[in-house]
Amino acid sequence: MAEFLTQYIPAWLAYSAAALVHIVLLINLIAVGALFFIWLERKVAGRIQDRLGPTRVGGKFGWLQTLADGLKLITKEDLMPEGADEFLFKIAPYVSFCASFAALMALPFSDSDMPFVAQHLNVGVFFIIAVLGLEVFGVILAGYSSASKWSLFGAMREAAQVVSYEVPLGMCAVVPVLIAGSMDLVYIGDCQAGPVWNWFIFHDPFTFLVFWVYFTCATASVNRAPFDLAEAESELVAGFHTEYSGLRWSFFFMAEYGSMLAVSLLASILFLGGWHGPIPVANWLGLTFDNRPLLGYLGNVLGCVNILAKGVIGVTVMMWVRWTLPRLRIDQVITTCLKYCVPIAAVCFLGATWWQFMWPNGLLLETPVAVYELRENWPEAPAANPPATVAANLQRGAI
Amino acid sequence: MNVLILANLFDRFDLTQPVGVSHYLIVGAVLFVCGALCMATKRNALGILMGIELVLNGANLNFIAFGSPYLRSDANTLGLDGQLMSLFVIVLAAAEAAVALAIALNFYNSFSTIDVDRADQLQG
Amino acid sequence: MAEAIYWPTVFFWLFAVIACAFAVAVVLCANIVRMAFYLVLSLAATAALFFLAGADFVGAMQLLIYVGGTLVLLIFGVMLTSQDRFVSMKTSREEMSIAILVGACLLAVLVWAAVSVPDWNGLGRAAAEALPLEPTAAPIGMGLLGARVDAPDRSGYLLIFEIISVHLLVVLLGAAYLARAQQKRSSAVG
Repeated sequence: MAEFLTQYIPAWLAYSAAALVHIVLLINLIAVGALFFIWLERKVAGRIQDRLGPTRVGGKFGWLQTLADGLKLITKEDLMPEGADEFLFKIAPYVSFCASFAALMALPFSDSDMPFVAQHLNVGVFFIIAVLGLEVFGVILAGYSSASKWSLFGAMREAAQVVSYEVPLGMCAVVPVLIAGSMDLVYIGDCQAGPVWNWFIFHDPFTFLVFWVYFTCATASVNRAPFDLAEAESELVAGFHTEYSGLRWSFFFMAEYGSMLAVSLLASILFLGGWHGPIPVANWLGLTFDNRPLLGYLGNVLGCVNILAKGVIGVTVMMWVRWTLPRLRIDQVITTCLKYCVPIAAVCFLGATWWQFMWPNGLLLETPVAVYELRENWPEAPAANPPATVAANLQRGAI
Repeated sequence: MNVLILANLFDRFDLTQPVGVSHYLIVGAVLFVCGALCMATKRNALGILMGIELVLNGANLNFIAFGSPYLRSDANTLGLDGQLMSLFVIVLAAAEAAVALAIALNFYNSFSTIDVDRADQLQG
Repeated sequence: MAEAIYWPTVFFWLFAVIACAFAVAVVLCANIVRMAFYLVLSLAATAALFFLAGADFVGAMQLLIYVGGTLVLLIFGVMLTSQDRFVSMKTSREEMSIAILVGACLLAVLVWAAVSVPDWNGLGRAAAEALPLEPTAAPIGMGLLGARVDAPDRSGYLLIFEIISVHLLVVLLGAAYLARAQQKRSSAVG
């Protein structure tokens, strides 16, 4: 978008405007998403527990319940415990929120000709996994600076859990990278163009298994039940955010729902086809860039709606699991990670490598041939540049 | 010659020209010196460990700067060698931090204090 | 301004100032948890500097390993060993001033060395803007496997890769052994 705008306005203004549009859209996604997910959580919880959820505010379905809750939170008194480290106490929710937001910056929402992505990174998968691991800092700072032992216990448990689960999460995320041949998320999404059997989850049985392990590790990594001992309401009062109230608390929750959405979207790009639907509707309707730019743009919007729907389904499954399964103890959490997730992820990684070696073009249906032509072009051997010798460099004063 | 170098130093704040290797080297030098000061003056063992991390990062900046094709003309750069060395430094620093932390925890468990000035059993 | 501002330089100065300022803050601060937090910010700014120098893969690795791993480990250590938050372990003023004096001399020498080579002053603007932006993840991956695709007359890094892998395994075992739970000796203080 920035290059498009530079034709009309000076460069610095174009880049700032493009950045502002991206930020506004993503913050809206997190905020509206949090609003929607809190309502959805209460409805899902209610239905699983054989009762209706909120039904009074905003008509029969309680649409505006979250808005009412938000208003209540904004008007609460801003408390800080007496022994708290002021600076760290105030900055902790923002660190969590920034980590969650930065992960969404590198996620693409649509197709390759004009991808809807705030920052098109070549190392997209790597960057997102790195940044999601930074959310633990906000939690640790919150737990430490609250000057309360419940908070500190909750924070330490959560930090141990998130850091342990980063290992199998990384191993699971590497399998689609292996199949696609690139860490670029736009490219990985495009490898899954076409009908549903092109999705990586159906590529080989190891990848199918890896998807479920990834989902488990992702749930653990964002501290959702059954791995939610950090906020174990019945044990630790409220864990690391015991002492937070009002708007500071709501930042932690926006960060949590933002992270849930980010890992769901990442799962849908890596395994479930991303913005390419189960049925290639956009291609059938002719909404591609081969026809006209406007139609291509509409096709991209359709893809964006598609990927958001998949993300919401992922988050709904997480909520469903939360209200169904009992909470795990910390030793059970670490056992699950080290004795189950890591070995299964490692074996599936080897299996997927072996499968890719045996049948590089896919077994069920042909992977689009373009996959293997889009590899980066290696430069020719630099015959023109003679290797610089030490003597020549000394003479030029370059060393 | 020294006057020229001083003028060169103040000329570096030009915002219209791309930065060069020397800018990165200066930042790396600041990080290195801060790390060395940390190692020399802190009494908390973990403070010393933080100094070590700063020193390694200063060195990493140097490697990256010498290996970057955007800061020097192409024939002179280390190319990917700089980045690969930097990668290995990062990995080794992580490994060394793990062992150093294990030692520090052992020390704390034995002496109930993390103050390195109290580690004087071999003194005299 | 006669010429337009070159924005990568502006971002370089921004991140350089952040990295240096927080590094100085680490030296001057007395509270260990705040020191750890400032170190996180300093290293994150260093990762941004790596990205600006064109090392995107190394920058992402810095974020993942250093900031997301090593520093979390450090903060764990801080939490486990700072039982009494108000024990202050400040260095005396004399030691601090000697250290700062020596540090300043070292910094002067390093800065003098950095600015004394004319080739290190940076490319001209036209040359810099003409350079293409190349991703480095794939060439680094191939280099680690022994095939240098960027500069075919240089050697690969396969042996080092294997050595590092074994080294990490040894460190994992060693650290786990060193930090195992053991009987606390009677609180004899030195």
